[in-house]
Amino acid sequence: MQVCFKEIRPKWLLPAFICLPITVLAQSQSAGFSPSPDIIGLMVLLMVVLLAILFAALYLSFEVKGLVAKMRDKKTGNSTHQFEKYLKNMNSRQIEMVLKLKHQQHGLHKNAQSSGSIKSVVLIGNTALAALFPVDSLFAQTKTTNAGIFTDGGILITITLILIPILAAILLLIIKLSNMLRKQRDRQDLDDAALFADYLSTLTEEEGTEVLAKRKAALDYKLTHHELSGEKEPDDKKGLVGNIETEGYINFIARKKKAQKRPNIDPQLSKLILWYFGCAALWLLFGTTIGEYVGIKFVAPDVDHISWLSFGRLRPVHTNAVFWGWASLGMLGLGYYIVPRVSNTPLASIKKGWYALYLINAAVILGTIFLMAGINNGGGEYREYIWPVMLLFGIGLILTLINFIQTIAKRQTKEIYISNWYIVSAIMFALTITAVAYIPVWQDGLGETIIQGYYMHQGVGMWFMLFTLGIVYYMLPQQLNRPIYSYSLGILAFWTQILFYTLIGTHHFVFSSIPWWLQTVAIVGSVGMIIPVVAGTTNFIMTFKGAWHKIAGSYTLPFFLVGIIFYFTGSLQGTAEAFRSTNLMWHFTDFTVAHSHLTMYGIICFFLWAGMYAVIPRLTGKEAPQVTVGAHFWLALIGLMFYTVPLMIGSTLRGQMWIAGKPFIDTVVHMAPYWLWRAIGGSLMWLSHIFFAYNFYKMISRYETVDVKEAALEKLQLQMTAPGKIV
Amino acid sequence: MEFFNNHKKLFRTAFLFFAGLTVFVAILPALSNQKNNKPLPAAEALSEDAVKGKNIYIANGCVACHTQQVRNVDMDKVWGTRPGMAADYAGIHRTDIWRNTATLMGTERTGPDLTDIGNRQPSRDWNLVHLFNPRIVVKESVMPAYPWLFSITKQPAKGDVTVNVPEAYLNGEDGKVVASKDALYLIAYLQSLKQTKLTGGILAADFLYKREQKQAGTATAAKDIDGTALYTANCQSCHQPNGEGLPGAFPPLKGSPVVNGDNLELYVGIIMNGYDARADYGVMPPVGTNANLNAAEIAAIMNHERSAWGNNAKKVTEEEIKKIMDFVKLQAPK
Repeated sequence: MQVCFKEIRPKWLLPAFICLPITVLAQSQSAGFSPSPDIIGLMVLLMVVLLAILFAALYLSFEVKGLVAKMRDKKTGNSTHQFEKYLKNMNSRQIEMVLKLKHQQHGLHKNAQSSGSIKSVVLIGNTALAALFPVDSLFAQTKTTNAGIFTDGGILITITLILIPILAAILLLIIKLSNMLRKQRDRQDLDDAALFADYLSTLTEEEGTEVLAKRKAALDYKLTHHELSGEKEPDDKKGLVGNIETEGYINFIARKKKAQKRPNIDPQLSKLILWYFGCAALWLLFGTTIGEYVGIKFVAPDVDHISWLSFGRLRPVHTNAVFWGWASLGMLGLGYYIVPRVSNTPLASIKKGWYALYLINAAVILGTIFLMAGINNGGGEYREYIWPVMLLFGIGLILTLINFIQTIAKRQTKEIYISNWYIVSAIMFALTITAVAYIPVWQDGLGETIIQGYYMHQGVGMWFMLFTLGIVYYMLPQQLNRPIYSYSLGILAFWTQILFYTLIGTHHFVFSSIPWWLQTVAIVGSVGMIIPVVAGTTNFIMTFKGAWHKIAGSYTLPFFLVGIIFYFTGSLQGTAEAFRSTNLMWHFTDFTVAHSHLTMYGIICFFLWAGMYAVIPRLTGKEAPQVTVGAHFWLALIGLMFYTVPLMIGSTLRGQMWIAGKPFIDTVVHMAPYWLWRAIGGSLMWLSHIFFAYNFYKMISRYETVDVKEAALEKLQLQMTAPGKIV
Repeated sequence: MEFFNNHKKLFRTAFLFFAGLTVFVAILPALSNQKNNKPLPAAEALSEDAVKGKNIYIANGCVACHTQQVRNVDMDKVWGTRPGMAADYAGIHRTDIWRNTATLMGTERTGPDLTDIGNRQPSRDWNLVHLFNPRIVVKESVMPAYPWLFSITKQPAKGDVTVNVPEAYLNGEDGKVVASKDALYLIAYLQSLKQTKLTGGILAADFLYKREQKQAGTATAAKDIDGTALYTANCQSCHQPNGEGLPGAFPPLKGSPVVNGDNLELYVGIIMNGYDARADYGVMPPVGTNANLNAAEIAAIMNHERSAWGNNAKKVTEEEIKKIMDFVKLQAPK
C-alpha cells in the first residue's frame, strides 16, 4: 500500500507543480504584488490541509485506541463477562443450534482452550508509520507550491485544482487505513468467536441449557392474529362496506376513489349536458389540431401553400374554435348541471338548452369556414367572426341567460348560491361585451382599438374566468365533500373582479396612440386584480385545508389543484405584464402567447376537465379508465410547461434584443429553437386531448363489460318469468 | 341579506355595475376619440388599388404577425420617424356592412411593423418576390408564402407583371411567374403605408426610454457602430448576406465597382437618394434617407461592404462621408 502511494503521488502533483509558477509569473507581470491577500490565502490553504490531516489523525487514533483496548481486555481475561452478553443476544435459530450441539456434545470430552495471538500489534505500528509518512510529505509539497499570489480567479482555480488531488489523497489514505484496521478487528473478532465457542461447550446443563431453552420459547412467541377480532366471521349488517378487493395486486397506478353514486338526474337533462360536452370535446380536438398545425408552421413555414390553410387564416380559426367551441360549450354544459342543482329545481326549459347548443355550434362552424375562406371582421383578436356569425352565438347566449334566470327564479332554496352569481353574471357580461364590440357607432379610427382592448380582455376575464369560477365554487366543495371556506371571500372576489377587470382592457395597447390616461387606468386596474385573485385563491386553498390527502385518492382534484395554481400565477403574471417597464420588453413578443396559454389552458381548461370528469360519471354511471385520465393529466401539464416556459424565456430575450436595437431578422433567428420547443409542448398537449376524447368516449359508451353478478341475475329472472323453458 | 337573496336585485345590480364601468372605460373614450381626432392635413387617402389590397391584407390575417403602430418608445424608432398619434388612424372607417373598422394596429410583432413599410421597402420587385416566397430573399424568414397570388405561364401576356423567381422555388414547374391582380393590389397597399408628414405646427410626441448613447466624441462613436448589424437591418433583404444580390432583381455588392471604387459621391448618392439607372435590376429606394441614417452609420455600412465578401477597398471616414452627404442632399429628387 505504501508503495502504491509513492508511485501515484508525483503523477498528480507534477502538472500542478509546473503550472503554478507559470501563472504566478504571468500574474506578476500584469498586476501589482500585494502581500496581504497572499498571506491570507496561504493561511486559508494551510488551514484546509491541516484540518484535513487533523481529522484524519483523530479518526485513526480513535480507531487504534479501540483496537488496543480490546486487546488489553483479552489479555486480562475480562472475556467471561463479554460471553454472557453474547449469550443473551442470541436469536432463536442460534439458540436452537447451540442446544442441538450441546445435545450431541453431551458426554464428549472437553477440549482445551487455545490462547489468542499478539502478532497483530506489530502490524498496527507499521500502519501508523505509513500514515504519518505520506501525509507529511504531501504537506511539505503543498507548502512549496503555495508561494503564489492570490489575486485573481486563475490562481484560485489553480489552487483549488491542486487541493482537489491533495484532499482526495488524504481521503483515500483514510479509507485504506480504516480498511486495514477493520481487517485487523475482524481477525480479533474471529479469535473472540473461537473463545466463545469454547465457552459454549463448557456450559453445564443447569447454568445454561435450561435458560437457553426458556429464552427460545420466548423468542418464538407469535400472535394468533385473532386477539382483537375474535374467532367470528365479519358481518356487515348495514351494508357499509363496498367495493371489496379480495386479491392484492401491485399498484402500478395509484388507485383513486370511484365516483359516488348520486340520485338520478333527469335523463333528458343528462342527454343535453352530454351533448354539450361532446361538442366541446370535438371543438377541442379540432381547435387544438389547428393550433398544433399553426405552431408547426413557425418551424416549417413551407409545409403547405394552400390559401385556406395559410397561417394568418388558421390562427383565428384556432383561437375562436377553442374559445367559442370548446371552452364556451364546456362551461355551458357544466352550467346546465350546476344551475338547477344549486337551485334545487329542474331546469326551466330543456328545449332552450338544445337551441342554444345548435346556435353556438352553427356559429363556430360557419365562422371557421368564413375565416378559412378569408372573410373576417377586421383586425381585432377574438372578434374575427363577422357579425351575422356572432349574432348566432349571441342568440344562443340570450336563450341560455333566460333559461338560467328562470331556473333561479323558481329555485327551492332561499339563497342564490354563489356559483349562480358568477355564472349568470358571466353570461350577462359576455352579451354586453359582444354588443359593445359589434355595434359600429363607436368604432371609427382609434375608437376601434379602445373597444378592441376592452373586448378582448373582458372576453377572457368576464366570460371565461367568471363562469369558470362559478363552476369551481360548486364543483370543488362537492369533490372535497366540505363547504367552501368563506362565502364572504367569494363575494369580495366577485365585486372586485367586476370593478378591476373591466378597467384593464387597454393594457394591450400600452405606448400606443390611445390616451395616456386610459393606459394608466388599465395598468392600475391590472394591479387591482391582485385583490380578487388572492381572495379567490385563498378561498380555494383554504377549502382544501385538512383535505389535502384527498388529492392522492382522486382523479378530479389534481385538475382542480393545477387550475388553482395557474389561477394564481397566471393572473398575477398578467398584472406583472401590464406595467410600462415590462411592456417594453414583452409587448408584441410571444410572451403574450405564453401567458394566454398559461391562463386559458392552465386555468380554464384544467377546471373544465376537472368538472367534466366529476360530472359525467354521475350522468352515465361510467368512469374513464384511470390510466388514460392520468395520461391526459400529465401530458397536458407537461406539455403546457414545455409550451410556455421556453416561449417566455425566448421572448424575454427577444424583447431585450429589440431594446438593444438588434436587426429584426436576428431576433427571428433567435426565436427558432424556442418555437421548436413550443411545437413539442403543443404536440404533448394535443396528445393529451386524444386521451381526453377517449376518456369521454369511455364515460358515455353504451357498451357494457359483462358483470357476472348482473348476468347471472338476469338469467335467473329470465328463468323465473319463462318457466316453460326450464328443462 | 335580502339583496343577496333576490335574484332580480342582485343580477340587475351586477349588470348595471359592469355596464356603467363599460361606458366609462370603453364607450365614452372611444366616442370622444373618434369625435376629437381628424386625419392629418398631409394624409393621403388610399388609392382604389390600395383599398382592394387592404382587403386582401385583412382577409389573410396579416395582422396576426404585423403591427401597424409606432409606439412612443425608443426601440420603435426603427419603424418610423415619429410615434404614431390618434390622428394617424382617424381616417379609418368601417370597412363595409359586414366588416368592422380595421385599424390593423395589431398585438404581435412576429414580423416587422409595417407602419412605414412604403418608405422602408418601396420596391415592387422585392415585394413581389418576397410575397411569392419570403425565403427567396430572406432565408431565415418564417412568413407564409403566398404562391396562390401568382400564376405560372409559359407565355406571359402583354402587360403581365412577371416576377423573377429562382428555379428552386418553382416546384419543377416551367414558365414565368406572373403576379395576379390581387398580388399587385396588396403591394399597392403596402407601398401606400407611409407615416404621414407632420405639417402646420403639429408636434410629434417624444420617444421615451431612450437608449443610453455613447457620447465620447463622434470619432470613437463611429468605431463603435456595428456596420454588419446595420447592413443586416437595412440592406441584407435585397443584397443578401453573401453580398451577391439576387440575379435579375438585386445587384451584387461583392466585387461591385461602385462599392469598391473611389467615386464616393456616386456610392453615397445611391444609398441616400436611391438608384434606378439599370434596367436589368429593380429600383433601389433611398434607404439611407428613409432610415434616417447619419454619416457615422453610413460610413459603417460602407466600410462593412468595402471589406466583406472579399471586397478590399480603402476605409472611408465619417468626416468625408458627412461632406459628401451634404453634397448629395442637394441632388435628392424633390
